[in-house]
Amino acid sequence: MTDRRDFLKLVAGAGAASLAAACNWDGGDVLRPKLLALSRVNDWVGENILFSPTRLARTYDAAERSRTFPTYFISPAMPFLKDPGAWRLRVDGLVQQRLLLSLGDLMRMPRVSYTVKHHCVEGWTALATWHGVPVSTIVARCQPLATARYIRFTSFDSDYFNGWDLASALHPQTILAYGMNDHALSPGHGAPLRLYSPTKLGYKLTKYLVSMTFTDKRPGGYWEDQGYPWFGGI
Amino acid sequence: MVTSGLQIYEAYARFGNRGDRPLPNPFDGTTFPRWSRLGGWLAGALNWHFALMWPLVAVGLAYAGYLAASGEWRALLFRPRDVRGAVAMAQYYLRLRRDHPPQGKHNPLQKLAYTSIVLFGGLAVLTGVAIYKPLQFSWLTTLLGGYQAARYWHFWMVWIFVGFTIVHVILVFTVDPASLRAMLTGWYRGRFPSHD
Repeated sequence: MTDRRDFLKLVAGAGAASLAAACNWDGGDVLRPKLLALSRVNDWVGENILFSPTRLARTYDAAERSRTFPTYFISPAMPFLKDPGAWRLRVDGLVQQRLLLSLGDLMRMPRVSYTVKHHCVEGWTALATWHGVPVSTIVARCQPLATARYIRFTSFDSDYFNGWDLASALHPQTILAYGMNDHALSPGHGAPLRLYSPTKLGYKLTKYLVSMTFTDKRPGGYWEDQGYPWFGGI
Repeated sequence: MVTSGLQIYEAYARFGNRGDRPLPNPFDGTTFPRWSRLGGWLAGALNWHFALMWPLVAVGLAYAGYLAASGEWRALLFRPRDVRGAVAMAQYYLRLRRDHPPQGKHNPLQKLAYTSIVLFGGLAVLTGVAIYKPLQFSWLTTLLGGYQAARYWHFWMVWIFVGFTIVHVILVFTVDPASLRAMLTGWYRGRFPSHD
């Protein structure tokens, strides 16, 4: 008798658990907000406890580059500039000095090159070399106000954008990249300019940049607003 | 953790850097059945996974802390001297031996299971940390053979835990069904006096 009762209890428990999974459950209206709130706690832990502003990602030899490196964009077609010569990076928001920078301006600034491992939130990784100017160089020139705590990186790939904490943006390996694997950045990888950093997941690395805006309120992001972790640090 | 993990796996169902030969994996490219996946999509699954990691670690620490403080670990830890008894017990289970070997509270095979599952639990957390923050814990990721290797071992933990649970429950029903209630409630009223 005991055996049968125990068995029925087990079946009931397993049934309830698999039912929750069967609905492909993102938590529903009740649990989903709680899961997102917990995700913000994890963001806080990632940003304030785990992130180190000085720890550098391992760099690799150029010979170790991956043969393939996936590209993607959210627009229906690959985003292109009609007139690349007219493109400028706008630096604005809570800054003392607003900037309007051409690709030539950026290329005349101190150049950083490194070969690092790219981590996609999906689980794939790929090695590539990136060339660009540290975000900290831009920060030194535009002089953010004391109230500035975040940067919003905006693209011309539909409404794709990302919000970044200032500490991650000032990491020495966080750059505005205009080159990849010894060549100019290709349209698939975000030409003419993209954000790059081995300290965050790929979806935080805004491609097709048009502006960086310093704010005191935390900007969301294209994927972040749909439920992906906001900090995205690794 | 398992079901949200299977949903996360769906996003990139193989192991290895892009362009490299992937690590050997019978589940290469597999999409697991819908009923076995939790979260609906990658972000939903990640949020479940990163929410449940806290209770998993808390319960694990509480369990290990209790075993250490109460001295109960002595009855559970598998030691080299248990090897001979484990072989005898395996023979009994495989019906190569007729009589149940003498035992204390737990037989040597149970000790082996309870010791190894604690180690695997620790490994599940460590491999998870290594792929959650591979830069901040780069020493750990490197120790485990790099990001994709750590991800690989994290994935194999799923099958170890699923296999352990299935074997565990089968043994409960074949040997002593009353112990199932004991596991859930802490009270035992079955036919093995030594289990009280």
